[in-house]
Amino acid sequence: MYDFEFKPFDEMTPEDYARVGFMSGLEVHQQLLTDQKLFCRCPAGKYQKSYNAEILRHMRPTLSELGEYDGTALMEFKTKKDIIYRIHYDTVCTYEMDDTPPFQINEQALDIAIEVGMLLDAYIVDELHIARKQYLDGSIPTGFQRTAITSVGGRIPYKDRYINIIQMSIEEDSCRETSDVGHRRVYLTDRLGMPLIETVTYPEMKTPQEVAEVNQILRRLVRSTGRVRTGVGAGREDVNVSVTGGTRVEIKGVPSIKRIPLLTYNEAMRQWNLLRMRESLANKGITPETFKANFEDVTKIIKKTHFKPIADAIQNGFKVNCVKLDGFAGYLKWQTQTDTYFSKEISDRVRVIACLTTLPNIIHSDNISETLASAEWVSLKKFMNVTADDALILVWGDDADALMGANEIIIRAREATIGIPSETRQAYPDGTNGFERILPGPERMYPDTDLPPKPITDERKKLIRSRAPEQIWIRTQKYTKLGVPDDLIEELAISRFASSFEMLVAEPFNIDPVFVATAIIQYPKRLRKRGLPIEKLTHDEFERVFKLYSSGKILKDAVLIALDMFLRNGEIDESKLPSPCTDEEINIRVGMAMKQINHITLINPEKKYEIVMGIIMDDLRGRVDGKMVSKMVSSKLNSEMSNGR
Amino acid sequence: MEDKELFKGYSSITLDVMKKWGAFVWSDIDVETSEGSKYSGIILPRSETADKLHLVLKMATGYNIGIRADKISSIVIKGRKVANYKIPEKAFPYDKGKPRVKLFGTGGTIASRLDYRTGAVIPAFSPGELYGSVPELADYCNLETEKLYGVFSENMGPEQWIGTANAIAKEIEKGVKGIVIGHGTDTMHHTAAILSFMIQNSPVPIVMVGSQRSSDRPSSDAALNLIHAVKAAGESDIAEVMVCMFGPTSDSYGLLHRGTRVRKMHSSYRSTFRTIGDIPLAMIDRNKISPLRQDYKRRRTDNNFILAPYFEERVGMVYYYPNMMPDMIDSMIDSGYKGIVIAGTGLGHVNKPLYPALKRAKDKGVAVYMTVQTLWGYVQMYVYETGREMMDLGVVPTANMLPEVAYMKLCWALGQTSDLEKVKEIMLDPINGETTDREPSNGYLVYQGGIPEVEEFISKFRK
Repeated sequence: MYDFEFKPFDEMTPEDYARVGFMSGLEVHQQLLTDQKLFCRCPAGKYQKSYNAEILRHMRPTLSELGEYDGTALMEFKTKKDIIYRIHYDTVCTYEMDDTPPFQINEQALDIAIEVGMLLDAYIVDELHIARKQYLDGSIPTGFQRTAITSVGGRIPYKDRYINIIQMSIEEDSCRETSDVGHRRVYLTDRLGMPLIETVTYPEMKTPQEVAEVNQILRRLVRSTGRVRTGVGAGREDVNVSVTGGTRVEIKGVPSIKRIPLLTYNEAMRQWNLLRMRESLANKGITPETFKANFEDVTKIIKKTHFKPIADAIQNGFKVNCVKLDGFAGYLKWQTQTDTYFSKEISDRVRVIACLTTLPNIIHSDNISETLASAEWVSLKKFMNVTADDALILVWGDDADALMGANEIIIRAREATIGIPSETRQAYPDGTNGFERILPGPERMYPDTDLPPKPITDERKKLIRSRAPEQIWIRTQKYTKLGVPDDLIEELAISRFASSFEMLVAEPFNIDPVFVATAIIQYPKRLRKRGLPIEKLTHDEFERVFKLYSSGKILKDAVLIALDMFLRNGEIDESKLPSPCTDEEINIRVGMAMKQINHITLINPEKKYEIVMGIIMDDLRGRVDGKMVSKMVSSKLNSEMSNGR
Repeated sequence: MEDKELFKGYSSITLDVMKKWGAFVWSDIDVETSEGSKYSGIILPRSETADKLHLVLKMATGYNIGIRADKISSIVIKGRKVANYKIPEKAFPYDKGKPRVKLFGTGGTIASRLDYRTGAVIPAFSPGELYGSVPELADYCNLETEKLYGVFSENMGPEQWIGTANAIAKEIEKGVKGIVIGHGTDTMHHTAAILSFMIQNSPVPIVMVGSQRSSDRPSSDAALNLIHAVKAAGESDIAEVMVCMFGPTSDSYGLLHRGTRVRKMHSSYRSTFRTIGDIPLAMIDRNKISPLRQDYKRRRTDNNFILAPYFEERVGMVYYYPNMMPDMIDSMIDSGYKGIVIAGTGLGHVNKPLYPALKRAKDKGVAVYMTVQTLWGYVQMYVYETGREMMDLGVVPTANMLPEVAYMKLCWALGQTSDLEKVKEIMLDPINGETTDREPSNGYLVYQGGIPEVEEFISKFRK
């Protein structure tokens, strides 16, 4: 069944991914561009590392609405973490601290979420129900995230098919973790409570590249509203991956789309290899039913060891537990991901759940070099009554942590005989991933009793629809037809000035689409290079300047000059803009230039045309159409030549 | 089953739509609307206070949404999934080395579940349920529970106070080692005050506890408050009526406040309860109880306590404001009130136009007592002429008794006698710290944020 072996990343083909049954879906998070947070009136988008005060909290699992405990919640409770929140008065009020009930939802944010739902062709819900989604890792001081579904369904075109959307929700952002060592986790609270939307797709992407491409489309779609935040951390994604026979595993907090292909490849490989390992174990007769493991306190047996991590632990009065996994010899070095082995799965669990965060936190009998002395391994094996088929794993810590660690080792090893545990995993820079927590289920949802349901009226939907931009794929087609150059189309389609573009190229202005597109996309970049605050540009400026152009009051070159003037002075003084020259003026100026040049002897007479043009254009920049001047100069030079001079 | 159960909370057009398609609460359905939208999920009960226009669905992802009933064009019923909301119940373990503690429930949310009818939370309570959600309780005591009432704290009244006092007395007689009373926080200090008067000289701790964040949230203060309260009841040497709630907003320690000096000071903070005009009795955490003073009543083994469950309901309280008209007082006199507690400005003042009404009260035999709305400090009616004039009109100053405490005490005193001289004796003779001879200077600490030394303190210690 699992006879396929993963090839290096670059050699995998779509057929290979089909062979392993690669399936992936996305959960795309996007911060919204609002002034204030979602459920309180604190400013949004203000980040700072300094803080005025600290608060300590612990999290405790609670029952879901349907009367069930969530697995993640129980796992986090096992970790017994002290959670510290660092608070700055400017960015956090008593709401984020969970000492004041929520205020009414931010209507501006809700409007944006509905607008994006419309762009996805989704069904906007009639009534918003705010839910509490439990997060016991402490990333939100309440222990839950306030979140609500704004739309259900929807789809985006991709290749020759559609990628379907499950749902979209509006929710408050979480804290930023600054450290997590032992039983203490520290968070910064500035980002907490900022509005974001989460778009969830069906797992319809068939290769790692497809995942990245679909993510790109979704990102461009939300940006096309001009109402979302951009920059580091403003858009983040969770990627769900599974293979045939595997389980949905969620890779959390992927910071960049570029990293998705390698991450999803490694996760698919991990699942596939764990399934191969299960098959191999089963062939040896090790199944969930026959699985056997036990552990003993072996502190006394190795109390004189020179292996530093354990020697230090024993000196600190810690305990060393030794777990025996029957029949597991060799499996701890079973490859899971690129340069990563099954022992890492176990070490991760011990790190997260038993809070033994200093690595190495385990050693095992499949890799004995540079650990205990051979004699120590021998006495351990004797004490634990080990055969050649069995594996040993050592874990050390205070009584409670060493106990929790040994138990988790056994739990994770037994899971290997069952299949792929449902987990959320964190993305590492090298493209591999590590255990973060047990994947939460629908059990963690609970209605928010602090806020009543909120109807979304048809009038409101209508108003939002009227101002929503066209979908980017429709825009892209349209712009192609208008002849906009390829390198501008994508940027123009997500530009906040796309609506200005469409207005200016249509009746009654009918301005050249290539010119307008260039001005909208390229001019701001040039102005930024001049150090000007281009975020101050609005539709008004573009439209005003282009109307001046279209009515003939200014020429092409003056468009950039006018925008520059606006950013420098805060206004456009039309009287100071270069006005177009009359034909008469140009004629005179060309005549003058010709005279000037004929009074001097040129070193390089073949450059005469360029020199004349230079003189004229320096003087009339922004006031004449260069092509026209060029024609005039050429004809004059030609007539001179034909006159024999 | 009755319609009410089948269609919990639904009425009007939504009810009609459900009936038309044969859908009930808990039906697992596919819905289509006239706009072409399609949804799938389980129909949830609807809160009675929500509008009548929407059907609530729980979708597979766990999220809820509302669908306009008048847009529903078809419903297909696929099955039924009834929520079975039950806190896992585990038998509370018995350990003969641990003290017997009795937990009385009056309401509040120590452990709770969702009430679909109102959308609010309702408490769960049995020892098994409590052990299931707060297993640490078994480290401190053998817990017994009894639900006396299930009311929000604003609905506590004379009947509940007297009933609670009687229930406590019965348990003390049975030799309990400590009492815990679960209570909503809004009026916890009122109940703490009246119980201080109704149960005097208790041989065991009587600890009131509640939560500022309901226990259906992971960050709730309920579990830790309950652990602290149970420890205080079973182990502490302080045999008084106390309130046990968070000290700081952090999950670190609780404070034990004397029942006659405590007040809820913030509408939502966890650290809302403060001892006013004095310092608390003790700090408490999972491991230790650290008394902050020594003048508390000690635990005893005898049963010589006093049960005095008296209460006069015709007593009112007036929060004085400038421009108050005498008819405010007159209307109480005319309605047959027997006692009035005034929360006066500053040292205990009201304006002159009230004087005739105060005189009428005196003539009609209405007991009038003065407290201060500043909360901290004493009524000082000798300092200004206004005060002296008022005392001539029969207004009795109550030293540094908190307004709510003075109110509860006057109800209690008038419940025993209508002889105003005797009432005055009772009012001015402190039973357990409701008035004190002196106010320590650290009894008034309302620090002002922003000031450098305060900020330094805040940055050093967890709030």
